[in-house]
Formats: sequence, C-alpha cells, structure tokens
Amino acid sequence: MELQPYLLLSAITFVIGVVGVLSRRNAIIVFMSIELMLNSVNLSLVAFSAFLGDVTGQMLVFFAMTVAAAEAAIGLAIIISMFRNKQTVNIDDINILKW
Amino acid sequence: MDSHAVATGALYGYRNQKSSSTNNFFESSVTLETFLFYTLGAVSVGSALMMVTRRSPVMSALYLILNFFALGGLYLSLHAQFIAFIQILVYAGAIMVLFVFVIMLLNLGDEKKLNERFSWKKIVGAGLSFGVLMELIFVFAFSKANLPPSHFEKATDIGTVENIGMQLFTTFLFPFEVTSVLLLAAIVGAVVLAKKKLN
Amino acid sequence: MGITFSDITSSAPLVSLVLFSFLTLIVESWGKDKPVLSYWVSLLGVGVSLALSFGHLGAGIPVFGGMLLQGGFAGYCNLIFLSSAFLTILLSRGYLERMECHRGEFYILILFSTVGMMLMAGALNLITVFLGIELMSVSLYVLAGFMRKKVRSNESALKYFLLGAFATGFLLYGIALIYGTSGTTDLVAISKLFPQLSHNPIFLVGCGLLVVAFSFKIAAVPFHMWAPDVYEGAPTTVSGFMSTGAKAAAFATFLLVFVRVFDIAGTSLSQVIAVIAAASMIVGNVTAVAQTNVKRMLAYSSIAHAGYMLSGIAAANVEGETGILFYLLAYTFVNVGAFGIVSIMERQDDKKLNFEDYEGLSARRPALAVLMTIFMFSLAGIPPFAGFFGKYYVFLAAVKANLTWLAILGVLTSLISVYYYLRLVVLMYFREGDADLDHSVPRRSMIALAIAAISIVVLGLYPSLIVDLTRSFFKI
Repeated sequence: MELQPYLLLSAITFVIGVVGVLSRRNAIIVFMSIELMLNSVNLSLVAFSAFLGDVTGQMLVFFAMTVAAAEAAIGLAIIISMFRNKQTVNIDDINILKW
Repeated sequence: MDSHAVATGALYGYRNQKSSSTNNFFESSVTLETFLFYTLGAVSVGSALMMVTRRSPVMSALYLILNFFALGGLYLSLHAQFIAFIQILVYAGAIMVLFVFVIMLLNLGDEKKLNERFSWKKIVGAGLSFGVLMELIFVFAFSKANLPPSHFEKATDIGTVENIGMQLFTTFLFPFEVTSVLLLAAIVGAVVLAKKKLN
Repeated sequence: MGITFSDITSSAPLVSLVLFSFLTLIVESWGKDKPVLSYWVSLLGVGVSLALSFGHLGAGIPVFGGMLLQGGFAGYCNLIFLSSAFLTILLSRGYLERMECHRGEFYILILFSTVGMMLMAGALNLITVFLGIELMSVSLYVLAGFMRKKVRSNESALKYFLLGAFATGFLLYGIALIYGTSGTTDLVAISKLFPQLSHNPIFLVGCGLLVVAFSFKIAAVPFHMWAPDVYEGAPTTVSGFMSTGAKAAAFATFLLVFVRVFDIAGTSLSQVIAVIAAASMIVGNVTAVAQTNVKRMLAYSSIAHAGYMLSGIAAANVEGETGILFYLLAYTFVNVGAFGIVSIMERQDDKKLNFEDYEGLSARRPALAVLMTIFMFSLAGIPPFAGFFGKYYVFLAAVKANLTWLAILGVLTSLISVYYYLRLVVLMYFREGDADLDHSVPRRSMIALAIAAISIVVLGLYPSLIVDLTRSFFKI
C-alpha cells in the first residue's frame, strides 16, 4: 500500500464532516460531524506516523482523543443546559445564532 | 523479533525487498492489505455519508460508531495496535455512549423535537463546492514527490503498547500531564453547566 | 528525559498557577456556598504567579524536554495574561453577585484558561500549541455559558463551542499535514527545515489551515462571525477576558509559529495575512459604527483591533513583533477596563447596555465617566494614551515591510473608529440624561479600573519601557 490512498480517504471523510457541520441544523448532529472531522484527521496522523516510522503522530492521536473526550463532555453539557431553557437543540431556533 | 517483524509485515503486506522478490506468497498478501483497505474505506465513507444525512440523531450516532469501528480496523492495518484499541474503547465505547445517553435524555418529551427538516440541496451544494476545492488541493499538492519517503518497515515496532507507554512517560510526559489539567477543567465545566440543582 | 526539578523552578509562574487552581478547587469543594474563599485564593494565585513572572523576563530557556519555552517572550506574554486574569477576577465578583450567579467555579475556570494561555505563548511543540488552545477554549466555552438561567448566555456558549470545535478540526488537520511533511512536531526542528519545506504545497496547505484556525481564535475577518454574538451573550467580564487574554494568547502563538518559526516575511503567506488584516479593519470598523449596543460595539472594535495587530504579523519583522507585544499589553488594560465599566452599568436581564443609557453619566458618576473617556481615547488611538503607540509601532512595521497600503488603510479606518468611540464620550458629557446606578460600585472594582487606567497612561508616557524590553527578546 501507498500513503496516498490513506490521505485521500481521510480527506474525503473530513469533507463529509465539514458538509455536515455547514448543512445540518440539529446541534447534536453538527457536533457529531465535528467528531467525524477529528477522526478523519486521526487517520491521516496514523498513516503519516506509520509511513514515517515515527511515533509522534500516534501520540498526537492519543492527545487528540483526550481533547475530543473533554470537548464531548463540555459540548453535551452546553447542549443540555440550553435544552433546559429553550426545549430545543435546533440551531435555527436560536435567536442570536445567525450564521 | 526480526522474524516476527517479517511475518507481520508479510501478513499486512508491506513491500519487504528481500521476501517479496523471492516468494510468491508475499506478493499475493499485498492484495490482502489492499482488499482490507478498500473494504474498510468503503465502510467508513458510506457510514460517514449516512451519518450526515440521517434525520434522527440516534441513527446518526449509530452510523458514526460504525465509522469508528472501520477506522479502528484501518489503524490495525497500519500497525497502530494501541491507537486501534483506544479508538474502540474511548471513542466508540465512551464518547459515543455519552452522545447516545444525552440524545436519550433530551428525547424524553417529544421525539419530533430532535428531528429536523433539512434540505438535500444544501448538503449537495456544500458537498460539491467543498469537495471540488479539496480535490483541487489534493491533485495539485498530494503528489508523491511532496510526500516523505516511506519507512513503512519500521511501523511494526512503534505502535505497540510497550513503545507507546514508554514514549508517553518519557518524551511526551509534559503534554501527558497537561491533559490531566484539561480533563479536570472539563469535569468542572461539565458539572457547572449540567448539574440539575446548584446549591 | 522526563521532568526534572530545574524544569519546575524555571517554569515557576506556570506551575504555581496550576497548583493554585487545584487549591481553589479544593477550597471550593470544602467551603460550600462560600465563593468568596475561592475568590481570594484565586486572586492570591494570580498575584503570586504575576510576581514570579517578573523574575522570568530574562533569556528564554526550553524546559520539559523542549516542549515549552519559559522566560523572555513567554514570560512577557504571561504578564499580559495574568494581568488580564487579575483584573477580570477583581471586576467579576461584584458583577456576579449582582447577577445572582456568584459561584466559585468561575474563578477556577479563569485560572485553568490562563494556564492554557501560558502554554500557548511558550509552546515549542505543535502538541503543546494544540493542548494549550484546547485548555483555554474548553474553559472559555463554560465561562461563556456560566449564567445557566439566561438563554442568551446558553446560546453564546453553544455558538462559541460549535464554531470553536469546528476550528479545532482545521487546527488538527493543519498540524497533521505539517507533521506529515516535516516528520516532526518540534517547532525548532521545523524552523530548520523551513527553507526546503516552504516550496512543498502540502506543507503550505497545512500552514493555511493553521492560519484559518488562528484567525478564528483572534476573531479576524472572515472567521469573525461568532465574536459579536458570543461577546454579547457571555457574562460581560468574561467578554472582557476573552477579548484580551484569549486574543493575546492566540496572537502570541500566531507570532511564535508564523514569524519566529516559519519566517514568512515576503512569502505568499504574508500576503494572505495582509489581506485578512485589511478585511478585519474595514469590516470591524464599518460595522461598529452602526451598533446601538455598547457590548456589540466593543466586539466589532475588537475585530478591527485584531486587523491592526495582524498587520504587524504580515510585516514579519522585529518592529512588527515588538509592536504587537506592546499593542497587546496596552489593549489588555484598555479592553478589560472598558468591559469592566459596561459590566458596572449593566442591570439584570441585559438592561442598560445601549448607547443612550450612558447619556449624562458625567453629572452623576464623574469617576466612571473619566475612566471610560480614557479607555475610549486609548481605543481610538489618541496620542497621550498607550493605544496610540501600539498602532504607531505596528503601522511603522508595515511600512518597513513594503506594506504601505496596509498602513494607510489602517490609519483611514482608525479615523472611522474615532466616530463611534467619541460618540460615547459625547453622550456622557454633553447630553442631558439620567444615566445612574442603583447600586454602589464596590471598591475592588474601582481599584481594578484605576489600575487599568494608570497603566494606560504610564505606557503612553513611557512606551520605551516596554519596547526596549521586548526588543531584547528578538536579538538575533
């Protein structure tokens, strides 16, 4: 195997994640699309790490996973606290949120 | 150790100069890795597409978990054993369970609240524009000359639990300590925001 | 390898702040319903760390196995973050008590995010950059949504979080591509490889993704759309903290990675950054004119200031670097002060946040009016105050780097900004109105505002104090 197919696969899933973030309205699904983006980058990192014969890429993946776990805890807590006040997770229902 | 490396290398089919030129078995095993890559790659792209286009967040979450399993398989084929298991344990096992749990928690009242009407036009439009951009970048930038030379033969030794653990507590000790502060901040933050009654 | 005792002594400001944040956490869990204790412990922690930082301004030394730089540039940036945190803590107590959400976790999170900023400014490795940005951001997401019962605060947190996590994806992809082409995440090693790598398109794509992520963190156009809404919805003192500490940290990393390591002077990356700077100046200033809400006006003004500072990065010379460092310190005192006064004027349920609520303030609260005037003059860049010299140094650097058009654009857009800054001053002094407070201003808030105002005046009178210090960091 070559390195390029792995990078291409990673780029494709990254784009799918970006499209999800830009086009979906449900905050939870937007957040899951972000997780998909982070994961596709992890694939790039592991592939680079394997083909460079260097461990740093895998360490970065390890730290990226820790960050993703921390973000998941915070992000879901934010979504819960908003749901308590507004009974919605749809970002179109958010008044000041106009992007 | 060396013979083990050769055997694993043959299983996953990296081009070992000595063995691949002398033995036909190793040549055929190259296709095994290619086969694994394309199967798992197709699963990962397919599940990603399904995840983005499902209306119900539960379905999206399930497809995302499938995607994570496919990625775990790809990590194994890249000899990153530790990362592969962490991927399943932490991502599919902990983070996604948290997602599903929150969806369930919010879903108690009315299921329709969580579903949304979305336009296919938007998804296709965003996908086309961003995809074309990425394709241009890929075609012009990711040529073989710009990528580093391959040292795939070393890959078998670096992804083991022993090596990762060793690195984590020597070279990468400082970032490892920083993650402990990060997780503590996340715990405090999650409690502040989501605890039902404060005081 | 590993961590040695000398690593810990050389990074005393960072380590002491981490220990104090743990101590605050313990104190908070012991003394239930006594956030005042957490307030004092966190204030003490920031004060100790600030005092220690003054002893760490000498030559920078790499610590923790080359992961972090302490002293020098990083030591100076620590001063900025810690002053911002110190003033924010002082101003927040009275504000949170009035808004009925005074809880000790606020101070813990301020300390954690300051630790993240210190990691960003001292990063010598892309892993440290990544973890520092995340530690800072995760704490700030929570701080933005700290007023749990207020819908605007929830929405602000959600918007900040979703767009921030989106930017994290780009940051990580950028780091991955840079790692893939250079084979390392160590910034010193990458800087040695830079001459070869700067012709590699994959590496440049990686740098572009980093520019996107950093531009998001400093709220530069076209990645600024979160800033006005987030600053408006977040607790006012937190907005002040985000627009100073967090912005300064992102600029420190930007400077470190793109000027110190990648040496972008005269490359296409410098052109891209110059265009982002120009767009930020124009969009920020023109939109700020139309605002009726003071918090939103300050948010757009912070976008414009990000544009001014970016022209120093686009210039990528020593003048630009020292200019930005001076600008960041001055801007920190000014903006924490301005948001502090807005937080004093604000009432529950987002009342008294508009321009007309300041009419005639000078008659009843002369001290507040004078302080606000100093902050507005400094933001507008009127000579005796520090804001003027910040702009002066940055634009001078742009002219030296053959970016004269950017400097001229900066001066022209600054002229627009004079209109909306002085409008507030005119309303306070020359308009009849009944602007007043229904509460007495706590002494600690007035002390914080006075510290900010005095620093601005001193920095404006003796800018060479800081400029000589910062120039010593960049001797070759």
